[in-house]
Amino acid sequence: MIAELGLAALWIAAALAGLQLFAGIWGLREGGSRMASLVRPAAIVQALLCALAFGVLLLLFIRTDLSVALVAKNSHSAKPMIFKLSGTWGNHEGSMLLWVSVMALAGGLIAFLERRLPERTMIATLTAQAFVGLGFYGFLLLSSNPFERLSPTPAEGMGLNPLLQDVGLAMHPPTLYVGYVGLSVAFSFAVGALLTRQVNPDFAKVMRPWVLGAWIFLTLGLTAGSYWAYYELGWGGWWFWDPVENAALMPWLAATALLHSASVLASRDALRAWTIMLGVIAFSMSMLGTFLVRSGILTSVHAFAVDPERGTFILALLVLNVGGALLLFALRAGTISEGQRFSVLSREGALVVNNVALSAILGIVLLGTLYPLLTEAFDVKVSVGPPYFNPVGAIFFLPMLVVLAIGPLLRWRRDRFERIQGPVVAIAVVGLAVLAGVFFIAGIALLPLLGMALAAAVAVASFMPLRGRSLRRLPLPVWGMVVAHFGVAVALFGMAADTAFQQERLVAAQVGDTVEDGPWRVTLNSVEPVAGPNWTALEATLSASYKGGEPRVVRPQARSFWTPPQETSEAALLTRWNGQLYAVIGGEAEGGRWQLRLWWKPFVTWIWYGGVLIAFGGLLALIGRLAGDLRRRSAKEQIAVRRGTAAP
Amino acid sequence: MTTGFKPKHQRLVLLAVALVALIGAALLAAWALRNQASYFYVPSDMAAEPPEPGQAVRLGGMVETGSLKTRADGITIDFVVGDGEARIPVVFAGIQPDLFVEGSGVVAEGSIRPDGTFEATNLLAKHDENYVPRELEDMHAEDRREVVAETTE
Repeated sequence: MIAELGLAALWIAAALAGLQLFAGIWGLREGGSRMASLVRPAAIVQALLCALAFGVLLLLFIRTDLSVALVAKNSHSAKPMIFKLSGTWGNHEGSMLLWVSVMALAGGLIAFLERRLPERTMIATLTAQAFVGLGFYGFLLLSSNPFERLSPTPAEGMGLNPLLQDVGLAMHPPTLYVGYVGLSVAFSFAVGALLTRQVNPDFAKVMRPWVLGAWIFLTLGLTAGSYWAYYELGWGGWWFWDPVENAALMPWLAATALLHSASVLASRDALRAWTIMLGVIAFSMSMLGTFLVRSGILTSVHAFAVDPERGTFILALLVLNVGGALLLFALRAGTISEGQRFSVLSREGALVVNNVALSAILGIVLLGTLYPLLTEAFDVKVSVGPPYFNPVGAIFFLPMLVVLAIGPLLRWRRDRFERIQGPVVAIAVVGLAVLAGVFFIAGIALLPLLGMALAAAVAVASFMPLRGRSLRRLPLPVWGMVVAHFGVAVALFGMAADTAFQQERLVAAQVGDTVEDGPWRVTLNSVEPVAGPNWTALEATLSASYKGGEPRVVRPQARSFWTPPQETSEAALLTRWNGQLYAVIGGEAEGGRWQLRLWWKPFVTWIWYGGVLIAFGGLLALIGRLAGDLRRRSAKEQIAVRRGTAAP
Repeated sequence: MTTGFKPKHQRLVLLAVALVALIGAALLAAWALRNQASYFYVPSDMAAEPPEPGQAVRLGGMVETGSLKTRADGITIDFVVGDGEARIPVVFAGIQPDLFVEGSGVVAEGSIRPDGTFEATNLLAKHDENYVPRELEDMHAEDRREVVAETTE
């Protein structure tokens, strides 16, 4: 019965989205305020209904209600509770319901809260949101009904892919989806502003928190996804340039560009058309990402729930939404008047370089990701990997870092080089010193070498905007920028150091053997069978000592799951402040030996610390912006109250 | 430069800068893709027209039953990848993927050595019980049936 309740809630929500679209269009055309007044309530009720539907699906998974096809296919009564919960979105139907629900919640939230823009622009925005939403409701209800019943009810469920039974991964899809969907709000605001010709700083100020929020979640999603791939896949790599990874990276690149251009529009009323364009592109990258992942059209190590037919549906939605938005942009771009002008050497100028470089990297990743599809049309099969992405991306990424170091020192509108000469020379000296030092001591490859030098330069430069300012009175968004830029330096340093200095050992060792890997001495103490709730494993006990210090014990496992039957490697990690020892146990070799693979990965953890810092910087900026908005709102209300009392 | 552009010119200049950078990126990408993409071979293609030794390519096919041997060091394996027409010897040093077994499909990344052996740096086996490397989908019907039968049990 309860499954039908969820389905009914979804249908009503879809109908409300239809009503919202219809009332919105009607209201905009006639200026008919009576129809337009339906738009906000429709969005709010829709959000509540979607939340109800998602709650129902969660409940079905908690109870392991096997009469529902989705639960039977993806869950199992013996699974730990946390993975029963994450099973809700660890499959196609559930993840699409999550998408629709988050989108409805975002729509409901702006309908409920947002009062700063002209009402016509708000109606246009919510109409665009309803249009995008309606496509996804159709997709969910017509081709991926999560509440479908199964008859007869099976005795036991089929379980969840063991690779997905992981706490980190339980949180990964919701995080990315919140990011993707947050960009849909930016998209709707862009369309709303275009429709009502209100492309101005107010629009950018209203859109900015949504972009920031989406960007924070995308950053966390990328960071967590990279760490998950690193320890769960057992290959010791943290980025594979896999299509699914690229699918998450592309919206992040677009959102990063949008974040910076929206801040130019909000502060300086420049880059109007460009910001609108990025708003459209950012969401199209989200949809493209969903399409690539869901359709399984590209070979990927991460693709779990794929179905080509459903891919076609998403592709159609993508073409409809993005094509429509681009057409609207083409028609209206001419009417967006020129913004404020600025000199080349100014904060705006630096941000333009940042935007162009990010867009170029986005284009490079996009081409590399889609190239196998293009060549396949001519019957040639290729795969594109690090030899393409690393050097070609670096051509734009490295100069962008130079601008990242210097840009925040510049003033808005116009600046003189003489004014910032001192700090720029200091930053350059730090970078060159590290470059020379690392080159003479270690003699590593070019890209990691440049990476380390730039990481040092950016780290120093990121704190330069604090010079000569009162730290207590510094606005939170500036702190956010400092922390996020510093995070970029930390992550970059981790990437460069790990690439340059990692040391790998691959051996077949007998119990009692000692293996050296870089500064580590690792002894294989024993290999024994162990059992978990839904798996058995061979567990090696290793004692590892760093530079002759106190040995620490780690236990990598080779696990065998039985629902569904599958084997996975559970890598064991030993974390120090300056890196990680990564140990994997393989199969048994002849003569009672065990395959053992060890990596010493200097500073590898800094990659993810950096990612978290970047997201934290975003959070500081978001809090600062929202607090500022609240202050202004209450100030306005007080003024209004005073005027009200003053007037007779 | 300390002077601002005239409004009209500024928009044009920005547009030109963006276009030049993006077209440059696209050309660069196109050029790099031609050189850096690693091509996919099935054994019969590789036997007929072998790639340059050392060039990064992928080889996909079935691991022949009975061909898998481990060397004395305990970590280097030799096996043969076939597609029913040709057989390519492969050598790989490392821990085999969890689902790498004889008679199943595999995609090996690496390059061919002058002696005709394929030196794999990475093996991509199926990732979960439903995963078939996409390249294998277009293999000969018989092998494909085998792969499908074996991966959907």
